[in-house]
Amino acid sequence: MDESGQPPRSPRQRFLDHCARGELAFQRDPESGAAFFYPRAVAPGSGGESPPWDVSAGLGTVYSTTCIRTRGGDHNVALIDLDEGFRILSRVETPAPDAVRIGQRVRVRMRTDGDEPYPVFDLLEDGA
Amino acid sequence: MSAALRGSVAVVGVGEAGIPVMPDGSTPVDAMALAAARAVADAGLTLRDVDGVFAAGLQLFMPTLSLSEYLGLTPRYSDSTQVGGGAFIAHLNHALGALAAGLCDVALIAYGSTQRSGGAGFVTHSEPNPYERPYRLPGPVAAYAMMAARHMHRFGTTPEQLAAVAVAARAWARLTPGAAERGPLGIADVLAARRVADPLGVRDCCLVTDGGGAVVLVRADRAHDRPRPPVYVLGVGEAVSHRSIAQMPELTVTAATRSGERAFTMAGLGPVDVDVLQLYDAFTINPILFLEDLGFCRKGEGGPFVADGRIAPGGALPVNTNGGGLSYAHPGMYGIFTIIETVRQLRGEAGERQVPNAEIGLAHAPGGFMSSQSTAILGTAAAV
Repeated sequence: MDESGQPPRSPRQRFLDHCARGELAFQRDPESGAAFFYPRAVAPGSGGESPPWDVSAGLGTVYSTTCIRTRGGDHNVALIDLDEGFRILSRVETPAPDAVRIGQRVRVRMRTDGDEPYPVFDLLEDGA
Repeated sequence: MSAALRGSVAVVGVGEAGIPVMPDGSTPVDAMALAAARAVADAGLTLRDVDGVFAAGLQLFMPTLSLSEYLGLTPRYSDSTQVGGGAFIAHLNHALGALAAGLCDVALIAYGSTQRSGGAGFVTHSEPNPYERPYRLPGPVAAYAMMAARHMHRFGTTPEQLAAVAVAARAWARLTPGAAERGPLGIADVLAARRVADPLGVRDCCLVTDGGGAVVLVRADRAHDRPRPPVYVLGVGEAVSHRSIAQMPELTVTAATRSGERAFTMAGLGPVDVDVLQLYDAFTINPILFLEDLGFCRKGEGGPFVADGRIAPGGALPVNTNGGGLSYAHPGMYGIFTIIETVRQLRGEAGERQVPNAEIGLAHAPGGFMSSQSTAILGTAAAV
C-alpha cells in the first residue's frame, strides 16, 4: 500500500491511467527536471526513485519517419520529439502514410480501440 | 591496460556451415555444431581441447549449453552475452580477457541458425516492448529505415548512394564461392525493387538464410604451430547505447564512434592503416554510418564516399569482400562472419576476391537497432 492506502501502481499502469484520461504522460528527473520517456521506476542517470510525472501539451515534431509497405497496406511509423523534450515511437495517422516528412508538426491523439489505450499523432496544418 | 593485450591472442581456426540453407528439419545447433567442428579442425585441434565456449542466438535460449551438450564439450568458462548481431565480436573481447587471465586456453565462439529452412522468417526470442507493440514494426527494418531517412534529411544522402552499397556487395559476392546471391545487380535494380520500409527496398535489406559460423582463439604463445597462419587480435572495443530505437540519441551517429576508438587505441592504429573492412550490412545505410563513425570519412560524407565504386572490387577501400549480409549470407546474426572473412583475407586464402597484401583488417558489427557496437582490428604476424 502507498501513502493513500492504494496498492502501488507500476510505471506502466500510471502511464495507462493518464492515457485513459486522454493525456500523454512523461516523467522528469527528480534533480535536473529533464524530461524522459518511457516510464520508469528509477530515473536514468541520476538513479532517483519514483521520478515525478508530468503531462505533455501533446505538440511535437517528426524526428524521423518511414512508411511500412505490406500486402495488407501501408502504414506509418515515426519518432516524435515532443516539445517538452522527450521522444516517443508512434504513428502519424494520415491518408498518405508515405507523405509524412521529417520536421512536420504533429499533435497527439489517444486511440482507445485496442486492448490498451495508446498515443498516435495527427499532422498540424497550421504550423503550430 | 587493454594495450597490454594487443596481439596476445590469435584466431587459429574458422569454420562455416549451412549457407545458404540447411537440410529440412535441421536445428540451429546442427548448423552451429558443424561450423564449430570445422573451426576446431581448421585450428588443428580437437573438441577435447576446447575449454571456453562463447555463443549467442536468436532461436536458442541457452546456446552455450546446447552447443556443449551436442558436441560433448565440458568448458570451464562460458559466455552467452547477447547484444545482438555483433555479439560475437563482443565475445572476442571477452575471450581476450578470459584467455589472458588463464580462465580458458582454447576459446570457441559459435553461432548457428535455421532462419530460412525453418520457414518462420525473422525468428527471435526478444521480449515485446509495450511502448512499441501498437505500431506494428516489421522487425528491425523500420528502425534502420528511419536512420536512412534522417541521414538523407540531414546530409542529402540519396537512394542511389544507398544502392551503391548493395551493388558493391553483389560484385564481391560474384567472386565468392557459395554466396547466396551471385546474379548481376545494378543501381537501377536496387531502386526498382519492391519497397519494404521507405526509403529502403528489398535490395537494401539483408538476405534471410541459414548458416553457422565459428572461430577458435588461443594465446599467442600457442598460435605459432597451428596449420594455418595465425591472425592476431590487435584491438577490440565494445559500446552500449540503447535498446529501443526511440532511445537512440541521434539516428545519424552510432556508438561505433566509441567502439572504434577503443579498438584503434588498443591497436595503436588508425583508419589509414586498415587494408580490408567487414562492416555488418544488415541494411545499406549501415556501412555508410560505420565508415563515418569509424573515421574512414567525415560525418555526413558516407553517401558520396561509397557512390563511385570505392568499396567495390577494384576500389580503394575494400568493404564486405565476401558479399556481406546483403549478398553472401544473413542467418539472423551476421557478426561472426565479419570475423571469419577478415581472417580469410589476412591468411591470403580468399581466392578471386583476395585483397592483395592485406595485413590489417577491421571487423565491425552492431546489435539490435544500432543498440550495441563492437569493433575488432585483426592483423597478420607482420602487423603485431
